[in-house]
Amino acid sequence: MSVVFEQLSCQEFVELVTDYLERALSREDTARFEDHIGRCTGCAAYLEQIRETIELTGRLTPESLSLEAERTLLDAFRGWHSG
Amino acid sequence: MAESQLLEALRAGDEQAFAALVREYNPSLVRVARMYVSTQAAAEEVAQETWLAVLNGLDRFEGRSSLKTWIFRILTNIAKTRAVRDGRTLPFSALQDPGRVPEAAVDADRFLDPEHPRWPGHWVVKPVAWPEEALVAAETRARLAEAIEALPATQRAVISLRDIEGWSSEEVRNALDLSETNQRVLLHRARAKVRDALDSYLEQA
Repeated sequence: MSVVFEQLSCQEFVELVTDYLERALSREDTARFEDHIGRCTGCAAYLEQIRETIELTGRLTPESLSLEAERTLLDAFRGWHSG
Repeated sequence: MAESQLLEALRAGDEQAFAALVREYNPSLVRVARMYVSTQAAAEEVAQETWLAVLNGLDRFEGRSSLKTWIFRILTNIAKTRAVRDGRTLPFSALQDPGRVPEAAVDADRFLDPEHPRWPGHWVVKPVAWPEEALVAAETRARLAEAIEALPATQRAVISLRDIEGWSSEEVRNALDLSETNQRVLLHRARAKVRDALDSYLEQA
């Protein structure tokens, strides 16, 4: 049995991407979303770009603490423990 | 290290354990503090103050929440106090309800009219796959970092914690005191803007 539902427009699709990746869409909306990926190369490319954005962001290194700040905190820790 | 072991080590005065904890969380503390205070320097001070408050409270910490959640609650309180002292208006309305200010993930002019007879709301020009080799280039990375830096502070905090630090949505919601929906809206906008910045750059490259 095939399910009949209203198709998403591309403009609607891009607004659902995060909900989709966060698994926050209803089963029906997930089906509409995935149906659209199969029909639209532009939106499939958009979704892939978002995935690549997430992956690239994950490769950024968190800023590190300055040595001076770290020393201040370790001094505080020593003071705390002995006090 | 499990949290109970970590606590035990800290209470026993294990400097290595404290240094590791600071290295792990300090970047996130500074990012979150940036949501409340106006300069990087002030955010770093708030983070420092937080660690001192953590040490002061450690003996009383009962483990009703995770250590991480507890540390970030302390941070948020200190940052709010600091913001008030500096006479800064807190971005609370935007933080609590980003839905009130609509913002499109992709500019409306990239799509055909929603009333278009044949292709309502379809792409004017479809996005195409990014070139693999450009993605690994140092310049692309620099643009990415710039795009994140340019985000409004709340969006920057959410994307940094989720996508750089790898926190779960629940951890981010707890640390920033956000509803599930708002956490998602902020993440959605942040990722969409960063994608857009990369796309504009890669199109020209």
